[in-house]
Parts: sequence; C-alpha cells; structure tokens
Amino acid sequence: MICRGGPPWPPQSATSNAGAATEGRPYNDLRMNRLTIIGLIIVAVLVLVALLAPWIAPYDVGATDLAMRYLPPSAAHWFGTDSTGRDIFSRVVFGARISLQVGVIVVVVSAFIGTILGAIAGYYGGWVDRVVSGYVFNVFLAFPGLLLAIAMVAFLGAGLNKLILALCIIGWVGYARLIRGQVLKVREYDFVQAARALGASDARILLIHILPNAIQPLIVQASLGMAGAVLSEAALSFLGLGVPPPAPSWGVMIEEARDLSTLQAAPHALIFPGIAIALTVLAFNFIGDGLREYLDPRQRAR
Amino acid sequence: MSLWLECAAVRTNLRYRIFGILRRLLILLLVVWTVVSLVTLLIELVPGDPAVAILGEQATPEQFAQFREKHGLDRPPFFFSFPRDNNGERHFVWHGADNRYTDYWRLLLKGDMGLSFRNDRPVKDLILERYPATIELAIVAMLIAILIAIPLGVIAGTNRGTIIDNVASVVALLGISLPSFVIGPMLVYIFAVKLRLLSPSGRFDWSDIILPAFTLGAALSAILTRMVRSSVIEELNEDYVRTARAKGLSERTVVYKHVLKNGLIPVVTILGLQLGVLLAGAIITEKIFGWPGLGLLLVEDGIGKRDYRVVQGCVLVISMTYIIANLLTDMVYRWLDPRIRVG
Repeated sequence: MICRGGPPWPPQSATSNAGAATEGRPYNDLRMNRLTIIGLIIVAVLVLVALLAPWIAPYDVGATDLAMRYLPPSAAHWFGTDSTGRDIFSRVVFGARISLQVGVIVVVVSAFIGTILGAIAGYYGGWVDRVVSGYVFNVFLAFPGLLLAIAMVAFLGAGLNKLILALCIIGWVGYARLIRGQVLKVREYDFVQAARALGASDARILLIHILPNAIQPLIVQASLGMAGAVLSEAALSFLGLGVPPPAPSWGVMIEEARDLSTLQAAPHALIFPGIAIALTVLAFNFIGDGLREYLDPRQRAR
Repeated sequence: MSLWLECAAVRTNLRYRIFGILRRLLILLLVVWTVVSLVTLLIELVPGDPAVAILGEQATPEQFAQFREKHGLDRPPFFFSFPRDNNGERHFVWHGADNRYTDYWRLLLKGDMGLSFRNDRPVKDLILERYPATIELAIVAMLIAILIAIPLGVIAGTNRGTIIDNVASVVALLGISLPSFVIGPMLVYIFAVKLRLLSPSGRFDWSDIILPAFTLGAALSAILTRMVRSSVIEELNEDYVRTARAKGLSERTVVYKHVLKNGLIPVVTILGLQLGVLLAGAIITEKIFGWPGLGLLLVEDGIGKRDYRVVQGCVLVISMTYIIANLLTDMVYRWLDPRIRVG
C-alpha cells in the first residue's frame, strides 16, 4: 500500500506494531472524520431541539403533578417523571436551550475579547504584550477556572447572567493566548512584510492579512470551549450557583435527582439529563478533535 | 580559547537560569498578590450588607454595630472610595492605609484568616480541620487514575488502530465527557442504592473513599489514557526503540523499560497540573458524597450560609495549593528533561 504522509525511509520493520501504525493511518483518518460527522449531527439535532423546544416538548416544563411522580419512561412520558411529577423529556428539551444559550454567548464573547487582546499583544509586542502575556496569562492560568467562577458567583449571587459573566471572565484567556501565538508566527511571514512595505495600516494588516491566517485554531478552541461552557454551566447549576432551580437546566435536574429517595424510585431522572450533558459535551469534543486533526496535518501524519 | 568559551557558556547558562528563576519568582509573587486582592475585593461586590445577611433584618442597630466592629466591616473598604454625600453626589475620599484591604493582608501575614461570620471560630482552624480530607481524596483519586490509565494507554498505544485501541479511545472519551456530577450519583445508585455495598456519603469507614475517589479520578484517568497512548505511539517511532529491538529485547521489555520511561515525562507534567484541577473538581465531588473537605466547607458553610470570611479563606487556600502544585510540577519537569532547563 502507499505510505501516506511519511518518508519511505526508514523502512518499517515487520513487527506488528509498525504494521499497525502504517496501515492504521488511513483508517484512523476515516474514523476521525466519521466521529466529527457524528458530532456535527448531534449538534445539529441539539440546535433544532433548542429552537423548536416549545413545539417538541409535550408538557409544560414547570407543571407539577404529585399524583404522577416517579413514573418510569412510557409512551406518555418518554423519559418518565421526576420527584414532583414533571415530565423529564420536556425538561431535557428545554434544558438544551439553556445549555446552548450559555455556550454560544460565552464562546462568542470570550473569543471576541480574547482575539482582540491576543492580536494586539502579539502584533504590537512591547509593554502591552508584557502586561497581557506576562501578567494576565500567568495569573489566569495559575488559577483553577472553575474555582474562580465559583468564587465570583458566590460573591455576585447566583443567576444566569452572572454565570455567563463569570464564564466569560475565565474563558477569554485561552483564546487570547492562542491568537497571540498565531499572530506572533504569522506576522513574520513574507506577505505581511510585503503588505507593510506597500504602506498598509496596522489595522488592515491585522484584520485582512494576519487574522484570517490565525483563525483556524480558533475554531478548534471554540468547539472545545462550547463543551467546556456547557459543562461549567451544568456544574455551577448543580452546585446551586447557576440557574436557579425551577428552570430546567440539566445541572439543576441532576442535583434534584440525586437524593437517595429519588435515586431509589426514579434513577431515570438522573440518567436522561446525564446522557444529555454527556452527548452534548462529547459532540463538541468530537468536532474539536476532528477539526484539530484535519487542520493540523502534522498531527494527522503522525 | 576553548576554555574561555566554555567558561563564558557556563556563565551565560547560569545567568539564564538565575534570570529564569527570578522571573518565575516574580510571577509567583504577582499571582499571590492578585489572588489575595481578588478574595479581599470580591467581598465588596456582595449585593446588600453582609451584616444584614448574617443577622437578619430584625436585629437591633447595636447588634449590627457590634457585628461590624468585630469583623472589621465598619472600616473603609479600600484605599479610597466614592461615597454619596447628602445631596446624592459621589465624591472621591481618600482613606489612607487603614482599610479592610490592608487589614486582610495584615491578618494573612500574621498567619490568620479572620473569624467566621457564623460561629466566630477562626477560619484558619476550620480550614485546617478540612484540609487533610481534601488532600487524601485528591491523592487517592490520582492513584486510581494512574492505575487505570497507564496499562490502558500502553495497550491502546501498542495496538494502535486495532479494535482494542478503539474501545480504549471510546472509553477514554466517555470518561472525559461524563462530568463528575453525573458519574458520582450513578455510582451511588449502583453501589449504595442497588448493591448496598458502600455507603452513599460521609467519611467514616476506609471504604467510604472509594466512590468519591473514583468519581474524581475518572476524568483524569481518561485524559491520562489518551496522553499515555499518544506518548507511547510517539516514542515507538524513535531510533532507540529500533536499537532495543535490534538488540533482541522482547517487545515487553522494549515497551515497559524504554518506551514507558521516556513516554512518561509529558504525563508527569499533566499529572502535576491535574492535581490542581483535582482540587477544584473536589468541590463538586465533595458535595456529591458529603465528603468533609475544603470544597464542602466552601459550598455549604461558606457560600450556602453566606459566611464570606470562610469563602475568602477557602478560595485562597485552594488556589494557593493549586499554584504550589503547579510550581512543583514545573520543577520536577525541568529536572526530568534537561533540554528545557534553561529559560
């Protein structure tokens, strides 16, 4: 078979490992692509569910009915009912709205702020760069992100807006660092020097010449960032620091389902929101990983 | 000539190293300063009056005054402020060095963290009581993660592209995607509710650590498995592996004596960095299992009861532990891999 991506020398030895390494490669590519496509399909379904939630959900998310509590999954209640008789399927459907809303806002805002600051730091260098990369990056990376979010929400008070604010504050640094590194690399390329020699302004060089070439890893980071934001939202809501309880956040649903009597009577109240979180996070991770391998041929050839 | 060059090289090397150490120390100081400033200033963002939150609306003015005085809340919050005057306009007022921000620094330098708003116990004592439980949980979780990840990663890496590799990769992905607050209650359901083998919460029996440690270590073991796998794959392509095989060493010796030894260097870094992540993740795990560590102190006693002194102390101690763990990792990494020692 044709050896793709690697030099023909040294010849591969006949041991099983080396054979697997070469023969596995095209198959691996295919597999990553397939996982990426699965991820994209899941995300597309999620987006549709979130947009069409009021038409998909068969019951009112807040409607309690104590006569109907702890019902197992059935034709009437696809995912069963929880400890107050609410329909879990409807709540999971509306939960997708909260998760995606938080994810999209957090990723867009933090990617925007991070790109601007990272690009400025990388492009101009000097004291701006020293402050941003020397101080801000080090301080933010020296801090567990979740702890910072918990601390902020603890002092600011719980709520969707404050949660989004906290996640943006911990989120932008990753994008800034990434873009700074990319800009540092791209700014030395010949076409940037040529643009400068032609008298292009800094803004034009940054926006037209550098950023489009630095943006690819940003897409990967954004996809992984969606997974992170969905997880953080659920985690903070689980701790009672995010979306307040009657709202159908997946984290809140898990928190409500985990006391021993509910676990005993209705494990499905835990399992379905759990699957929803895992699928969402998995899908964005698939997309991020797949794109990374696709965009970074060095990693693909390995 | 060559001797002079060598001396110069050694001197430059030394200068780089000293500069590197000084730079890292400076960054460390900046980080510590920022963390302390954050926990002291964030408390000023609390909506409403902490005294009202703790004592309730119906407390007498004397009680409020006494509470504020005891906890230093009657003092100005920062070096300056913009209070409203009688006409409702804001004016700049300079308070000088005598304020809550410097108060907290003074406390910390004395090795104190103030008194709990709720029960007047020193926050330092509360934290010292809970700290060992958190460290114990983090270390056991890490051991479990290592015990799962190294064999799984090696098997996946040496059988790259086969069905074993794919299964290991999928399991690892599942471990990354399933958050602890899903895994934890599921384990409680299986082992405490259904099988009745382990207790669902608390820290009384030695076996009580199994479920929380596994929950906390699950994500780490998934990350480590992927690391070990790619590390093994990378090392298997190195020349020394060919040499070792040419010497006639068995595949087993090649993998476990040579490949794993070199392949573990990046894994050690990840481990150290993840110790900090484990400490932060322990907050959620401790809440699930009622494990009496720092996280439970922070969430239930601190945030739940609006005891902001406890919140300050916990955030400070958790982030300091995280920072120190990262520092130690950095040092171990440099010691393991001399190539990156300079700089």
